[in-house]
Amino acid sequence: MSQIQHQTVINQMKMKERVDSPWMDMWRRLRKQKLAMIGGFIILFFILLAFSAPLLTSYSYKAVELPSRFLPPFSEGHFLGTDDLGRDLFTRIIYGAQISLRVGFLAVIGSVIIGTFLGLLAGYYGKWVDMLISRIFDIMLAFPSILLAIAIVTILGRSLTNALIAIAIVNIPTYGRLVRSKVLTLKEEEFIIAAKAVGMKDSRIIYNHLLPNSMTPIIVQGTLGIATAIIETAALGFLGLGAEPPIPEWGTMLADSKDYIQLAPWTVIFPGVSIMLVVLGFNLFGDGLRDALDPKMKL
Amino acid sequence: MNEPILKVENLKKHFPIYGGVLKKTVGYVKALDGVSFEVKKGETLSLVGESGCGKSTTGRTLLRLIEPTEGSVFFEGEDLLALNDEQMRMKRRDLQIVFQDPYASLNPRHTIQKILEEPLIVHKLGNSEKRREKVFQLLETVGLHKEQAKRYPHQFSGGQRQRIGIARALTLNPKLIVADEPVSALDVSIQAQVLNLMEDLQEQFNLTYIFISHDLSVVRHISDRVGVMYLGNLVELSNKNEIYEQPLHPYTQALLSAVPEPDPDIKRERIILTGDVPSPANPPHGCKFHTRCKYKMDICEKKNPNFIDVGNGHFVACHLHQHDR
Repeated sequence: MSQIQHQTVINQMKMKERVDSPWMDMWRRLRKQKLAMIGGFIILFFILLAFSAPLLTSYSYKAVELPSRFLPPFSEGHFLGTDDLGRDLFTRIIYGAQISLRVGFLAVIGSVIIGTFLGLLAGYYGKWVDMLISRIFDIMLAFPSILLAIAIVTILGRSLTNALIAIAIVNIPTYGRLVRSKVLTLKEEEFIIAAKAVGMKDSRIIYNHLLPNSMTPIIVQGTLGIATAIIETAALGFLGLGAEPPIPEWGTMLADSKDYIQLAPWTVIFPGVSIMLVVLGFNLFGDGLRDALDPKMKL
Repeated sequence: MNEPILKVENLKKHFPIYGGVLKKTVGYVKALDGVSFEVKKGETLSLVGESGCGKSTTGRTLLRLIEPTEGSVFFEGEDLLALNDEQMRMKRRDLQIVFQDPYASLNPRHTIQKILEEPLIVHKLGNSEKRREKVFQLLETVGLHKEQAKRYPHQFSGGQRQRIGIARALTLNPKLIVADEPVSALDVSIQAQVLNLMEDLQEQFNLTYIFISHDLSVVRHISDRVGVMYLGNLVELSNKNEIYEQPLHPYTQALLSAVPEPDPDIKRERIILTGDVPSPANPPHGCKFHTRCKYKMDICEKKNPNFIDVGNGHFVACHLHQHDR
């Protein structure tokens, strides 16, 4: 008994000693979320695959080798089999992971930066600035996002970069609205009024006080947004509007091998499963983040 | 002691009410409807009144945290409302505010060090070494330890946070501090600590306070003069003893009769006001208090009484006392 009490006292003292920043606090709560950690491991797994791609395989993702086409999985030298042009599927999948993750991250970073900036302006300045920015968001959200992305790629021309740009643009309103609504509540908070009372410039209030306090929902939404961006990249690829062959983008791979689904189902299954796993990973991780960061936001 | 540091003249703040599909202005909430008073250097002027009477709006409007609709605010002879944004920003060094809610008034993502040194950074005062020293000194002034500077607000209690809020207001060595219900959110035992701290600081730094509160016992403890507000107007303003012992306005009398007495044997007359506070969007004609006043006369419904000095700087806005002039 006294041993336990002693232990609790020591623990309490340790608790007091530790000066925990909000970020440390977040990490501690996140670790307790099992599903989030599973999601995190899936993401980590694919990131490792993507980064070590040249070390894991000796094949090139574009070397055509017609004699060995449609080899089934577990064939000699071809762990996941080969596709219609005799290219090693495993090699293409891991190079594809590079592409999907890169496009996912970059597209989200792009839309988060622009969306956050616009959202901060709209929320903080209100009046006509808000009116203008919010209406633009409304108009963008009136189109189904994939249609808007298709339109943008059609205008810019088919390429992976243009698909990335299109996905980034399409997702701007999501983050913009999120930040705007957060700023609207924050700006009535007394610490923001206090910042004004001290004589801070608007830029400082926005950058030092509003931005850090609106980060939580952006991080959550951004993580979930990577999953969406990856799906959208694959969708554009599948429709022939994303990466050009022979780039091993998963959606493009699906489109290329859909005709052989009966002859060689693995050529469709592996890219499809890869998309599913990565998206699942980001969704689990994002949901866990949300639970860890903002219990009130839980639906 | 006798020169006014702040002079507020006919200050008005009307918040527009939007209605209809087109969001047209359909009316105004008259949160402040012509408030005038003076604050002398080194004194504590309290503003009291029930919720929604405009006391907090007065505090925030005279600091231009809310832009007033009309009126003027002279600080050391200079009209604050005539200043442009940049001039006002510099002026804010002299005018500070302490907030009611110690849980909402500190940025949860900044350490105490950062919260306290930021005003200095904004006004480009001192280098990082000097600022750190100043922060430690401030913490000690308000009774906290300098080791606590690297902690975050959530690691402090309400009373400690309110001290931090006061320390932040002191950072720039202001001349006037608006204390917007600084102890209303605190336990009674902590209230006394914070009030005493504020009194000590007033003496030490020669501060002038505008103390906004609805707690008449607290006001009695800290004020030199007291202004009573009702529906966006000052109805009575005088020095503390006169207000508490000889209240002239019927509203003040009712308000004071509600202060709890520690001695249960004292028999006193409790004046119960009937009816609700009228809506500030549609205040009554004439004297705004006539709907609830037991001394109501015909003139009260027609004419708004002037806010006049009935002797010894005792201002009151009531037709019962207009003839004294």
